[in-house]
Amino acid sequence: MSSVFSLQRLFAMLIKEFIQMRRDRITFAMMLGIPLIQLVLFGYAINNDPRGLPTALVALANDPYSRAAITALENSQYFKFTATGLSPSEARTLMRKGDVTFVVTIPSDFAKQAEAGRPNALIEADATDPAASGAAVASAPVIIERAVASVKEKNPSLKQDLLRSSTIIHRKYNPEGITQYNIVPGLLGVILQLTLVMMTSISLTRETERGTMENLLAMPASPFEIMCGKVLPYLVVGAVQVAVVLTAGRILFHIPFQGDLTLLIGAILVFVVALILLGYFISTIARTQMQAMQMTFFFFLPSLLLSGFMFPYAGMPGWAQELGEIFPLTHFLRVVRAVMLKGADWSEVSSSVYALFVFVGVLLILALKRFKRTLD
Amino acid sequence: MNAIEVTGLTKRFGQKLVVNNVSLKVKSGEIVGFLGPNGSGKTTSIRMMCGLLKPDNGHGQVLGYDLIKDRLRIKSQVGYMTQKFSFYEDLTIEENLSFVARLYNLAPIKKHTTETLEKLGLLSRRKQLAGELSGGWKQRLALAACTMHKPKLLLLDEPTAGVDPKARRDFWEEIHRLAADGMTVLVSTHYMDEAERCHRITYISYGNLLADGSLHDVIASAGLHTYTLTGPDLEGFIPALQADDGVQQIAPFGNALHVTGTDPQALKRALKPLEQHNDIRIEQAETNLEDVFIKFMSDSTDNMQ
Repeated sequence: MSSVFSLQRLFAMLIKEFIQMRRDRITFAMMLGIPLIQLVLFGYAINNDPRGLPTALVALANDPYSRAAITALENSQYFKFTATGLSPSEARTLMRKGDVTFVVTIPSDFAKQAEAGRPNALIEADATDPAASGAAVASAPVIIERAVASVKEKNPSLKQDLLRSSTIIHRKYNPEGITQYNIVPGLLGVILQLTLVMMTSISLTRETERGTMENLLAMPASPFEIMCGKVLPYLVVGAVQVAVVLTAGRILFHIPFQGDLTLLIGAILVFVVALILLGYFISTIARTQMQAMQMTFFFFLPSLLLSGFMFPYAGMPGWAQELGEIFPLTHFLRVVRAVMLKGADWSEVSSSVYALFVFVGVLLILALKRFKRTLD
Repeated sequence: MNAIEVTGLTKRFGQKLVVNNVSLKVKSGEIVGFLGPNGSGKTTSIRMMCGLLKPDNGHGQVLGYDLIKDRLRIKSQVGYMTQKFSFYEDLTIEENLSFVARLYNLAPIKKHTTETLEKLGLLSRRKQLAGELSGGWKQRLALAACTMHKPKLLLLDEPTAGVDPKARRDFWEEIHRLAADGMTVLVSTHYMDEAERCHRITYISYGNLLADGSLHDVIASAGLHTYTLTGPDLEGFIPALQADDGVQQIAPFGNALHVTGTDPQALKRALKPLEQHNDIRIEQAETNLEDVFIKFMSDSTDNMQ
C-alpha cells in the first residue's frame, strides 16, 4: 500500500463527499439557487446610472423655450416629473421629505435669457447619495442647451449659438452605460467567492466538529488525500456555478463576450482553486462550523467593498487600493471584465492571472502546513 | 511477541502535560483494560499508539513498527474506535462500510461490505442512515467498520459509554471472539464490569502506572481488607467510622455498607463498637475492583492539584 498518495483512497473520499453533498439538500440548493437568485436579483436591481428619478417642476414661465427644455429633460429619461405646478417652497418640502430627487425651476425670464444665449434654469439635486444624482446632473445643462438651440433654429431672425466646446467623448466598451455589463461579470466573482469559500470551510470543519476527522486520520488517509477529496468536489460545484452564471448572463442580460473563452475559463479556474484553498485554510483554523462561517464573512465584506465590485477601485485612496490587492476577487474582476467586455488577450491580463496563481500557491502551502499541525 | 511495547510516552499540549511517562506492554492476543481517572491521558495515550499523535518524548513499537517513524504502517494495521461515534451519520450503513473498505483497499468492496453487513445482522437495514441507529447499534457498526480490514491490534476508547447492558454484553462477546482469532485488544474504560472482562488490567493515574496484572493480581496487590455491614440505620455510624484511622473507605451498596482499610487489625478495631448491635451483621467480604480503584484515585488526588 503506497503511503503518501493512492488513487483508491482519493476515490473513496470523493464518493463519500458527493453522497454527502447530494444528501444535504440545503447545500445543494445553495450551490445552484444562490447563483441564480443573486444574479437575477442584483442583475436587475443594481443600477449605477439611475433613470426616471422623481422630479418636481416649478415653472414660472410658459413659453416655447421652457416647454422645449422640460420636454427634453423628460425625454432624457433621467428626470420624471412627478409633481408640477408647485411653488418653490412646496417643491423644497417635497425634496426634504425625500419624495423627489430634483427640483427644476424655470424662472419667469427664461425665454429672454435663452434668446440672449444664457438659458438659466435652476436644478436642485438631492445629493445625499452622489451616485444617484450624478449622471442626471451632469447631463442636464447639455440637454437644456440643445433644447433651447433647437427652438432657436426654427426662428432664423435670432443669432444662432456656436458650438462652444470641441471635446469629444467616447464611452468605450459599454457605450450605452449598461450597468449589468459591469455588474454581471463582477457577480460571477462574488457568487463564487461566497458559496465556495463558505461551503469548503464548513465541510471540513464539520468533520472536525463531529469527530469524524479523528477517525479519518486514524484510517490510512493522508492529509493530501483528504485535502484533494475535499477540494475536487467543490471544483465541480464551482464549474457548475460558472456555467449557470455565464449562461444566464448571456441569455438574460446579453452580456457581450468579446474575448477568448479559453482564457476566461482558465482564469476562472485559477480563481476557483484559490477560493477553495482559502476555505480549506479557514477550516484548519476554525474549530466549529459557526466560526468558519464568521471567518468567511469577515473576509467576504471587505473584499466586496474594496475589490472594485461595488465602488470604483481607481477612486479609492492609495492605501485602500493596496489593501484591495490582497483579495483574489480584485484580480479576478480585472481579468473577467477585461476579457469579457474589452476583449483583452493574455498579455493584457497576465499580471492579474499571475497574482491569482500567487494566491493559489500561498494558500496551498498554508493549508497543508496548518493541516499537518492539526494532527497533533 | 508484544503487540504494544512503549516506554516513557510523554505528550504536552502547550503548557499542559497530558501524558507523563507512560510505559505499557501488551502481549499479542491479550485483552488489556486500560484504566485511569478522567483526564489522566488515556485517550491521548491511545492516539499516540495508533499513530494519530506524535509523542513529545518516549519510544516504542506497535506491532513491531517504530512508533515515531512508521506511523502510516501502524495506521493501516491498527483498528481504532473513538469514544464518540465518528462515522458519517449522513451516510447509510452500507455507504459507511464501503467507504472504509475503499480506504483500506479491500477488494472486492462489495463482497467485504456485504459480509460485514451479514455479520452485523444489518443486511436488511443497509440503506438506513447511520445517524438513525440507536446508541448500541452505532457502537456495533463502529466496531464492525474498524475491524473490517482485520487489524492485528484493536484500540477501543471507552467503547460502551452510554450503551445498555444487553448491547454491552453483546459487544464484549464480539471482542472476545476477535481476541480468540488472534487480535490484540486494548480497551480504555471506566466501567468495572468491563475491566473485569479483560485478561489484564493496567491502571494509570496522571502518568503513573499504579497497577498492572490480572484482576486477582491487581486486587491482591492493593492490600485492602473489606467488611460488609448490613442492618437498619447504618448511615448513623458513618461519621464515627470515617473518623477512625483504620477505615479508608466507606461506600454504600444498596442496603449494605462496604468498609475498607489497609490494616486488618485497625479495621477490626474500628468495627468493634458495632458488634454490640445485634441487628447489624458484619461479614468479611472480598475486596472488589471498584474499592481498589477508589483507593488509587484518592491516593493520587494530590498529583492532580
